[in-house]
Amino acid sequence: MRRLTMILMASSWICAALLWGGIVFAADTVADEPKHPTGTQQVVHGAYLARVGNCMGCHTTKSGQPFAGGRRLSTSFGIFVTPNITPDKETGVGLWSEEDFWQALHQGKSRDGRLLYPAFPYTEYTKVTRQDANAIFAYLQSLPAVSQSNPPHDISFPYNFQPLLAIWRALYFKAGVYEPNQSQSEVWNRGAYLVQGLGHCNACHSTRNVLGASQDDALTGGQIMGMNWYAPSLSSQLEAGVGDWAIEEIVALLKTGITKRAVASGPMATVIRQSLQYVSQEDIHAMAVYLKSLTENESGNAPGVSFSVMSGSLRKHLDLGGQLYEKYCQTCHGADGKGMPGIYPALAGNRSVTMKSPLNAIRSVLNGGYPATTTENPRPYGMPPFQQILRNEEAALVVSYIRNAWGNRGSLVTAVDVDRSKGGEY
Amino acid sequence: MMRCFILLVFFYITGVANAHGGTPVKVPDTMAERVKACIICHGAEDKVGRDAYYPRIAGKPQGYLFNQLRDFRDARRYYQPMATLLENMTDEYLLEIAQYFSALQLPYPAPEQIHMQPEEIKLAERLIYSGKPEKDIPACSACHGDILMGVEPAIPGLLGLSRAYITAQLGGWRNGGIMRGQAANCMSEIAQQLTDEEANAIAKWLASQSVSGKPSPFNVLSSELAHRCSQTILENGGEK
Repeated sequence: MRRLTMILMASSWICAALLWGGIVFAADTVADEPKHPTGTQQVVHGAYLARVGNCMGCHTTKSGQPFAGGRRLSTSFGIFVTPNITPDKETGVGLWSEEDFWQALHQGKSRDGRLLYPAFPYTEYTKVTRQDANAIFAYLQSLPAVSQSNPPHDISFPYNFQPLLAIWRALYFKAGVYEPNQSQSEVWNRGAYLVQGLGHCNACHSTRNVLGASQDDALTGGQIMGMNWYAPSLSSQLEAGVGDWAIEEIVALLKTGITKRAVASGPMATVIRQSLQYVSQEDIHAMAVYLKSLTENESGNAPGVSFSVMSGSLRKHLDLGGQLYEKYCQTCHGADGKGMPGIYPALAGNRSVTMKSPLNAIRSVLNGGYPATTTENPRPYGMPPFQQILRNEEAALVVSYIRNAWGNRGSLVTAVDVDRSKGGEY
Repeated sequence: MMRCFILLVFFYITGVANAHGGTPVKVPDTMAERVKACIICHGAEDKVGRDAYYPRIAGKPQGYLFNQLRDFRDARRYYQPMATLLENMTDEYLLEIAQYFSALQLPYPAPEQIHMQPEEIKLAERLIYSGKPEKDIPACSACHGDILMGVEPAIPGLLGLSRAYITAQLGGWRNGGIMRGQAANCMSEIAQQLTDEEANAIAKWLASQSVSGKPSPFNVLSSELAHRCSQTILENGGEK
């Protein structure tokens, strides 16, 4: 009896010690001896970095085993299936060495020397330091091995022809760890390192050419590959540039998913839920400093374009949208379009509403949705999916209206635009 | 003079701002406010959207609702609009939403007026209350409760739902459309045994009943059925 008590006491101490170290106590299902002991600082740091890079976001299916892959990414080149990156020897990366992992992350080459498709964002991950890469590897190797083979990619011709990938790489890929900009502060450089590298923000927030290559790493915005969403430019004050925001507000948006003047929606809400809410205060602050600097010297005001006075018929057309607004939207977003800051976003002066691409505004009306559920905002308020009750024509009218009410100015939206905005995840 | 001018401009601006102000939005800190996104389809009134078969969810067992919410979110039950809404929700919040709707009392929609032949009624009632042992089809009432209002905590009621919805669900179970990629489930086996005629008769009969009563308590399930449907019952909705 006494022995049992001792064992119980000892085990509760061990548990407490593990919790103290911030380690999630994984069930003892690991068949093989882990290559690196869990609990080392390196593994803990690797777990954190894997969060920042949101590896799980792609390498886990909904309700699937963590890091066991199998998620299908539809692109214009075909369907990519993410691999199992648990340390299973047969189906995962159990046989990989630290060097192999570095080759993949830094050079975009698999263990067998095969060139990887840039659906795996090694074009960004190449900026990650060797030390951080090793920590991520140590963490992945410490995970329970999951035996799960995933189907092969289903890539259409000619993109499945490997030599083409070599040409693509010669044109669009340059391996190299992030090099600090000496004229900037340490904090700015840390932010740039995270945004450009592990955070791989550019994977979505940039325009890709017909060969799927990002045009630059200036976060200029673009349609998200394989997703019916537009990732707004982070380097334009007309879209999602934050040059005139306070650092605290940028931090709040990235950590909680919602602030007084903005809500992250669609895939960004998911990124916040899965990754950004867990980024340390110091790192998220650094990211905010860097993001702010992208548009700091730009004017926060609308461009110096003067709009012509609306014609009578246009006004009438918009009034129809106004009637729908009154019926369906006004109770939450207000007659003045000011909403309720932090709960229901303002539409007046909202750049997601007025920006050139109406896609996100249309999708928000069609799909509705809730902001990310985060530690800071655990019970968010939501927006109904109006496609259940509005016809395409009606959705077009209401979006045209909000793009042109309360001083907003944006192009009109047609029923065809609405129809094209349907489908896809989120 | 200059001061007057500045004041005038100031009054003008604040005046414009006030005129533009309108009534500020009031947001109550309640679950009812938080689930506004749900009730354009699952509201008090009988909503007939283009999908035309949104089920009532008020008053259904909490565990059942919680399981459905998780299944929609995690792609085990497939309906994209629900998956999109729930994409970023935690289990804790989903449980709270399930609790809210489970406790909600709403008037039930009036039963559908459906014409049925006497033989069809007999067929439906036999299946619903006695099942079809030779094909291993248990009575609906054996799991869904004597009054067909469901069983706590995880089995749904069958009344107060439209014929289109019930038919679609039976079709979904039969073709594996509801729990995609999941292990065998008792409802799936049962639905596959039903003929089209039987499934139609059941849907018509259920949709034309008026609703009363509450879900039955947990202990009414026979051990055989509890075993056969253990997957559903074990996901008991409160525990994780």
